[in-house]
Amino acid sequence: MNIPETLQYTKDHEWVKVDGNIATVGITEFAQSELGDIVYVDIATKGQDLKAHDIFGTVEAVKTVSDLYMPLTGKVVELNAILEKNPEKVNEDPYGDGWMIKIELNGAASGLLSASQYKELIGK
Amino acid sequence: MEDIKQVPLNDLHVNLGAKMVPFAGYNMPVRYSSDIEEHMTVRNGVGVFDVSHMGEFTLKGPDALDLIQRVTSNDASKLIDGQAQYSCLPNETGGIVDDLIVYKIKDNDYLLVVNASNIDKDWNWISRFNTKGVDMKNISSDICLFAVQGPKAVATLQKLTAADLSAIKYYHFAIGDFSGVKDVVMSNTGYTGAGGFEIYVDKAHAEKIWKAIFEAGKEFDIKPIGLGARDTLRLEMGFCLYGNDIDDSTSPIEGGLGWITKFTKEFTNSAAIKNQKEAGVKRKLVGFKMIDKGIPRHDYQIKDASGAVIGKVTSGTQSPMLSIGIGLGYVTTENSSVGSEIFIDVRGRALKAVVSKLPLIA
Repeated sequence: MNIPETLQYTKDHEWVKVDGNIATVGITEFAQSELGDIVYVDIATKGQDLKAHDIFGTVEAVKTVSDLYMPLTGKVVELNAILEKNPEKVNEDPYGDGWMIKIELNGAASGLLSASQYKELIGK
Repeated sequence: MEDIKQVPLNDLHVNLGAKMVPFAGYNMPVRYSSDIEEHMTVRNGVGVFDVSHMGEFTLKGPDALDLIQRVTSNDASKLIDGQAQYSCLPNETGGIVDDLIVYKIKDNDYLLVVNASNIDKDWNWISRFNTKGVDMKNISSDICLFAVQGPKAVATLQKLTAADLSAIKYYHFAIGDFSGVKDVVMSNTGYTGAGGFEIYVDKAHAEKIWKAIFEAGKEFDIKPIGLGARDTLRLEMGFCLYGNDIDDSTSPIEGGLGWITKFTKEFTNSAAIKNQKEAGVKRKLVGFKMIDKGIPRHDYQIKDASGAVIGKVTSGTQSPMLSIGIGLGYVTTENSSVGSEIFIDVRGRALKAVVSKLPLIA
């Protein structure tokens, strides 16, 4: 299972890439494989200030729907427009074209898991 | 809590890369690769479901038909040898114990196929009415069931049997040699609307039969199919799933099963169901398609244009064929006609949908 060392993770199976005060967020390889075919990524929080662990959207697979949680506190400043037409990118390329939101951070990027901690969490 | 059971070919599925999940007390393959890909394999080619968790009872003896007539809603006296019928077991309080298929092998010799989650419940229910000593056997753990479904299913299976499969009509079956195994039931039934057969075989021969089917289907790119695609396939057809769309509290009339409820005989609660059919019901199970973008899910509320709650979703998914949300749900009768505009409460947003005729992909 692909869990890049260069990213950080949450217990809710999101990955985070922090670049200055901007964090890019998606769901992990493990999360997409558990969900199955993703058919709709529903995010209506662009422009909103949210706290870590708040729900920022939902991801709909054929079989199930799952909430998406803010990994850090900040403002949702960008959505991945590709996912509007091609939600399957989350399955095909979860760490690349399947990214979901960018957050303008409000505070430190703390409380995240390292790749090895996340691997341990999912038992891989 | 009882230990989770395995189907006889469990290890084979794991080796094929299946994701196994608990369903109806069994660890079952939910998907091998992708729900959508597996769905389309069945719609366009041929796929195989291992649904060996399903329950099978044999009922034999001179009073077997009487017992079946007493407990089921459909009229089993109309069956000829080699014919099957969809039916249900009404309870005494207006609901449904289970839905099932009744197979007439010959006079005094029937096979009942029931839902895995209801094996014990159905067995106890039917046994209660067995006052004349019908010879009942629960052979569920001895039988494997492979549903071979899709437009290439018959061409695949025909290579393995001398029985003329194309001559077996829908809801008919033959029992005979299949891939060198005797007494295999080849039934023109399924839960997909894609055509094909269901193969019942003794578990001792199951692996051999599974492998023979895959060898025969190689030229059609045959694939194993999980329960995920089974659910989307049946939902596109509008077929009921017991526990979701029908249950102990839904009547056959409300559930759209009037067509398998025959008042040519007496059966459990038949007088009340007949009254209900004549007087009309307050709610009905309908199929619907989303107009707004969104996916209906089990237990979401259904509302009318004014925002009043008129029912709830019992099954929902994204249709792989239509690429829109589809579902089944109960709505008040005045909102149940085809074309009625309804609204599904998807996490606080009322999304527009339309009551649609079944199958939803027609």
